[in-house]
Amino acid sequence: MIDLQYAGLERINGPLVVLSGAENVSYEEIALLKLRDGTKRVGRVVEMSGDKVVLQVFEGTKGLSLKNTRTVFTGKPLEIPLGAEMLGRMFNGAGEPIDGLGDVFPEKMGDINGRVLNPVSRAYPRNYIHTGISSIDFLMTLIRGQKLPIFSGSGLSHNKLAAQIAGQARLSEKAGNTDSEHKNENKFAVVFAAIGVPGDTADYFKRIFEENGALDRVVMFLNLSNDPIIERILTPRCALTTAEYLAFEKDMHILVVMTDLTAYAEALREFSSSKGEIPGRKGYPGYLYSDLASLYERAGVIKGCNGSLTQIPILTMPNDDITHPVPDLTAYITEGQIVFDRNLDSTGVYPGLSVLLSLSRLMKDGIGEGYTRSDHPDLANQVFSSYARVQDARALASVIGEDELSATDKALMKFGAAFEQNFLSQGFEESRSMEETLNLAWDLLCLLPRNELERLSDDLLNEHYDPKRALRFTGV
Amino acid sequence: MNRIYSINGPVVKVNDTKDFSMMEMVQVGEKGLVGEVIGIDTRYTTIQVYENTAGLKVGEPVKGAKMPVCATLGPGIISGIYDGIQRPLTAMTELNGAFVAMGSALPALDEQRLFDVTVTVKEGDTVKGGDVYATCPETPLILHKCMVPPNIGSAKVVLTAEDGKHKVNDAVLKIVPDGGYEPVALTLAQKWAIKTPRPVKRRKTITMPLITGQRIIDTVFPIAKGGAAAVPGGFGTGKTMTQHQIAKWCDADIIVYIGCGERGNEMTQVLEEFSELIDPKSGRPLTDRTVLIANTSNMPVAAREASIYTGITIAEYYRDMGYHIAIMADSTSRWAEALREISGRLEEMPAEEGFPAYLPSRLAEFYERAGYVETIRGGEGSVTVIGAVSPQGSDFSEPVTQNTKRFVRCFWALDKSLAYARHYPAINWMNSYSDYADDLEAYYAENAGEDFTLVRRRISALLIEENNLMEIVKLIGADVLPDDQKLIIEIGKVIRVGFLQQNAFHKDDTFVPLNKQLFMMRVILKLYDESVRALSKNALISDISELGWFEKLAKMKYDIPNDKPEMFAEYEEAITRSFYGILISGEPEEAT
Repeated sequence: MIDLQYAGLERINGPLVVLSGAENVSYEEIALLKLRDGTKRVGRVVEMSGDKVVLQVFEGTKGLSLKNTRTVFTGKPLEIPLGAEMLGRMFNGAGEPIDGLGDVFPEKMGDINGRVLNPVSRAYPRNYIHTGISSIDFLMTLIRGQKLPIFSGSGLSHNKLAAQIAGQARLSEKAGNTDSEHKNENKFAVVFAAIGVPGDTADYFKRIFEENGALDRVVMFLNLSNDPIIERILTPRCALTTAEYLAFEKDMHILVVMTDLTAYAEALREFSSSKGEIPGRKGYPGYLYSDLASLYERAGVIKGCNGSLTQIPILTMPNDDITHPVPDLTAYITEGQIVFDRNLDSTGVYPGLSVLLSLSRLMKDGIGEGYTRSDHPDLANQVFSSYARVQDARALASVIGEDELSATDKALMKFGAAFEQNFLSQGFEESRSMEETLNLAWDLLCLLPRNELERLSDDLLNEHYDPKRALRFTGV
Repeated sequence: MNRIYSINGPVVKVNDTKDFSMMEMVQVGEKGLVGEVIGIDTRYTTIQVYENTAGLKVGEPVKGAKMPVCATLGPGIISGIYDGIQRPLTAMTELNGAFVAMGSALPALDEQRLFDVTVTVKEGDTVKGGDVYATCPETPLILHKCMVPPNIGSAKVVLTAEDGKHKVNDAVLKIVPDGGYEPVALTLAQKWAIKTPRPVKRRKTITMPLITGQRIIDTVFPIAKGGAAAVPGGFGTGKTMTQHQIAKWCDADIIVYIGCGERGNEMTQVLEEFSELIDPKSGRPLTDRTVLIANTSNMPVAAREASIYTGITIAEYYRDMGYHIAIMADSTSRWAEALREISGRLEEMPAEEGFPAYLPSRLAEFYERAGYVETIRGGEGSVTVIGAVSPQGSDFSEPVTQNTKRFVRCFWALDKSLAYARHYPAINWMNSYSDYADDLEAYYAENAGEDFTLVRRRISALLIEENNLMEIVKLIGADVLPDDQKLIIEIGKVIRVGFLQQNAFHKDDTFVPLNKQLFMMRVILKLYDESVRALSKNALISDISELGWFEKLAKMKYDIPNDKPEMFAEYEEAITRSFYGILISGEPEEAT
């Protein structure tokens, strides 16, 4: 049946074409559309009714007419070739090589839709990834197998941060690791998916990876903002299929960086409306949650498998609105979020992360005794709680003036400023060890009176609290 | 033979209307994917498929099962983990590996497992729906009681099996219904349609609380056994954490935990934690009393819709045996979204925010299945429903939250700003309410202390007063307030930090018995009353602060172990003594 060719089309609508008279076609099957000029396009079955088949054409329908195509059904879902030699290579959004180095020798073919991981087979993620960025390591610790998105806005330094994380992320040096992981640095790799981003953003990542010599540990999938939208819907799936292969079959620790998921959601909206579906919130299709979940839920660790798949999806919040459907639904699926703060960013703090809005849900089980350091959980709690009070003190100061504040509130103001300048802020090349980060947090907390540190036990305070530690910040 | 006519996501249509009935279970395609009939019009029968439809072809066969989608109820359910249509996930990993395969036709219950069955009726007995005919220990905590299906009126027992080892599908009883001739074999298991509530004799008045060991819940916003509560909260406010804490510590006999469209790693966490955690009352792992339904967000959306019904049907079944069940649904918003998604595929006219117009009636049907009831065989049992709600954009005015509010009497509103300050559980005491407090007054008076309701009201009143003052403090600072108002602020802080905040990771604080909750409140009020008295005798708030009691009471949850309630009396005496110091000599005696 595979050789059967269907001449012509019945209807063309945006990226969709309708074909009639087709037989033995299966749902979500891939079809090849051969044009009269010899070029080929790839389409996928998205709806079937009687003998009518609706195909979405990945490369777009430009140049197609009702007469000039012949369609062949392949009998298979969309698969991409997978192999260990994909490391260091560059592909387009549909998984075809674009670096001129020829095809990948396939060790196997992988269905890009992936399969649902049985919750029973998952291992609960516990080991942290050391990013060298104080705010993340300390307050929103990234755990292997986690999906932790970065919520940003246009013009903020999310790309810089993602590049820094991808460049300097290491597996945790401490206990909780088996020895084999220790020795083998090659077991860590990055899969990078550019989804509808401008060409220079993609170039930026490529250049950074080249500069820090990481390029041979990176697989890149590029779908630029002027590439076809249907291909954009495939890009994260190709990247995740590759990542799953490397993580679960080659036992590697894979960090998947995807940017920008808002562009992905917009592509989905465009596709949905051309299909004539009933729109949900802000015109996005009603299944946006399920669709995003089918991407994010592909992160994880499988029992009895040494690899892991960690995701850092990046998305820009339209109008910096965190309640916009894309960040909102994302945060309901992912295990926390890292949120950029435009005010901090504009005062020159890099990375300007909003400590209070950011959260890592898995960190509670991956920090402390045996993972980072025993005082980490309480210390982080204290910093969160004190920094939350800094905001109240600032709000009060803006009404009654800083001079009128109580002594405690003044100390809080000082702590807030020193914390932002010395802790949150760090250099692009700077990678702080966990030890450095934790000690820095203690130094800063010593700016506050001891009786305001209600989340820390007396034992910890006796061991670490010493107002002298904060002397270097008092000039701030 | 009926064949597939069209496919659109999880919605499949068949060009025939004669052979199907509404809500009938069907097998779709060569692989036999499970589906349900959701619409019949003049030309087509519409089916929602509970599995991924990729690879399905037009023209593949569709077979009706001539019965609605059912749960299999029998021994072996407890400690199990199932997907939304009750397929056993553990057995599936053995068969299919780490990833879920399509069309898995595994039976819900382990058919090879042997149970130690005691038959409790004899030949010649008359039985009716709901009567127990056999029992077997299911886990060390739960004695399973096999009941005559509720739809059988009255019947004569004609044959019983011997006591001893039996499998779920072994016939242990044969009965002849009155007016019939054909004997009916009863096995250890039975089927029940998930969308039909199991019948009860009558609903009973609510009198007992579900004790959770969480102070803000038990004391301030209690939930009754047989009640329904909603936990709404934006992302990161601790919905799941609150649900987990209740599931771990509440005094229900059985927990049904439904992970409905949520994260896979969370279900893994529940699985791991519950098998490690030991129930303090029985000394057994919590899995011995827990059923998990895991339909994660990436699993098929139609099965997500079914998962809620599967869970509550299992709960009702155990209720009929006379147990108290607490069912956690995390999250009902995902379930509502599943309804919306399918409704969209059916091209139905949308109501508010794209949700179908029947959303409120579906929510009501679900929450109405909670209740404290007299079962049809005359016993008592209860189903308590606690549903998490994930409002879009943390906006409580959205349709799921608003409609849920109409059907629950207990509302624990989780608050973002509390969560930012790491105040957990982040239940906002100003926006939350519990309508059960009055119903439960008698229980608390009898089991905790006569003064419980009074003490509780005073604590709530102080919190409200503090909240009003904080509005002023935000504008002008705390320094300008008069001393009596400063006292309210201080006491308010003690109540918030020392009482409402509870540390789930602390061995004592994670579960606090009711008597300790009451003692804590009493000590706080003691401090307040003494302070008011001291202020009226011209003492200064700064003198009172110097005593150190505010800090000390904020930490008493850690300093006083759960099993040493006598320490509270010592605290009260010490408070009296140190205030005596202020009033008599002006030389305060510091707290020790």
